Amino acid sequence: MVAKLKNQYGSGIEPLTYLGQNYMVVDRSMIPEILQILRNEEGFDYCVDITAVHYPKRDKQFDVIWVLYSFPRNERIRVKTQIADGETIASSVPIWATANWLEREVFDMFGIKFDGHPDMKRILLPDGWKGHPLRKDYGILQQDNEWVQINLGIESGQ
Amino acid sequence: MTDPTSLSPLDLDTPDKTFLDANELVINMGPQHPATHGVLRVILRLDGEKVLGLECVIGYLHRGVEKIGEHRTYTMFNPYVDRMDYVAAVSNGLGYCEAVEKLLNVEAPPRAQYIRVILTELNRMASHQLWLGTHALDIGAITPLFYTFRDREEILKIFEKYCGARLTTHAFRIGGLQYETYEGFEKDVRTFVNFVKPKIDEYEELLTTNRIWLERTKGVGIISGKDAIALGVTGPVLRASGVKWDIRKAQPYANYKNFDFDIPTGENGDTYDRYIVRMAEFRQSLRIIEQAVEGIPEGPIMAKVPKVIKPPVGEIYHSIEAPKGELGYFLVSDGSTQPYRVRVRPPSFVNLQALDVMCRGAMVADVIAVIGTLDIVLGEVDR
Repeated sequence: MVAKLKNQYGSGIEPLTYLGQNYMVVDRSMIPEILQILRNEEGFDYCVDITAVHYPKRDKQFDVIWVLYSFPRNERIRVKTQIADGETIASSVPIWATANWLEREVFDMFGIKFDGHPDMKRILLPDGWKGHPLRKDYGILQQDNEWVQINLGIESGQ
Repeated sequence: MTDPTSLSPLDLDTPDKTFLDANELVINMGPQHPATHGVLRVILRLDGEKVLGLECVIGYLHRGVEKIGEHRTYTMFNPYVDRMDYVAAVSNGLGYCEAVEKLLNVEAPPRAQYIRVILTELNRMASHQLWLGTHALDIGAITPLFYTFRDREEILKIFEKYCGARLTTHAFRIGGLQYETYEGFEKDVRTFVNFVKPKIDEYEELLTTNRIWLERTKGVGIISGKDAIALGVTGPVLRASGVKWDIRKAQPYANYKNFDFDIPTGENGDTYDRYIVRMAEFRQSLRIIEQAVEGIPEGPIMAKVPKVIKPPVGEIYHSIEAPKGELGYFLVSDGSTQPYRVRVRPPSFVNLQALDVMCRGAMVADVIAVIGTLDIVLGEVDR
């Protein structure tokens, strides 16, 4: 399957395996198309997870990762792409309904926006919160002091 | 059936207008509500008693578990995972330990695997018992709560004797187990299995053909198998919709492939079927425990794992069948003693998303039943 996609799309896709798990690194521009093909033609009908990893030293700071599973094939695959800070990526809510909350969590934690998402807002942190906690430059003891003071009426949550 | 892909977000900014125009009402349920099993806030849009749509507001229990993981060593983070789904802490620990073991390319020895399976299945039963008691209580049946908590106590006693803790057990270590079983562990497990078998019939006697129970659960909160897959719903909720899928069978982990057990499924995907599926899972768990306790081999309980855990650079996704559904860990290692990134794929969080689809068109009282039947734990939803 991956070989077929590789033939079709050439250098934009790089199939890899680590510890017996398959994943592919895909160019950001091809993401919507590849995800659509995986869903419709290759049978990856269940989007297990969408997440991201922050590499602040890299030029393209973020890895966005889709973990997919196919019920007919009983197979997992991960799709990975790199994007820079401030860049957006196409939402996969039209492909898998479950992407809705998962993408909101990625936005909440990393500040990555998904184009075409029906309700792009924070999910775990309060709406007015400043900062995205899972970025590497966000300290573990850091908090939005202004928000805490206004909304909780205390000096600090710590 | 509402197509889950076409659901639009609720218009919450203009409730007054809709209230005057069409008798629509936007009300709040929670976050401090006895039937939301924790701090879940649900904003309901109603037409009289009928639910037109709802939105979940979550995050009240957010503790930043994933951020904490990045700042602790692999070993130090192990007890933290117990605090996510705190009624099924053993499953959380199993998933995490196995993920790190995969990253290190080691495998727990057979004796440890058997004991892991026994404890995990006991915990699955404890989790289901807590679900049954509280779910029935929400719907108005008070008795099952006393029955299930009485019997759950016996499981917690075994945990306490084994590792000293009842809920957040931290029972497993990366590479195996820290503790050898105590004297009489196998006898205790056998005694428990014989004790609880007739009790499960007792629960069923109380509810399965109870007319009030049937009225309150049949045809309530229906979700089709197709929608469940689209919404990423897993665990008993998915199986009750007729999809025969269990990670223990589909992609076996630990040593589940050594045991005979069935995957119970439902047909209608309603609250009643989810109840039936979980009741059947009790019996399957007992089957697994019975086989495992007879076959515990002798041998070491820890694999050869270095004192300082430093997995090679790489990433891994490993998932297990937790009592609530697929619990996955995505770990990224940069070759140091701390994980570069820990991502937890929580089953409760993803399953809760289906609440909107399952409740549209239902009555307000049914929302309570559906929240109960989804079996969410807010500690895991919010992490």
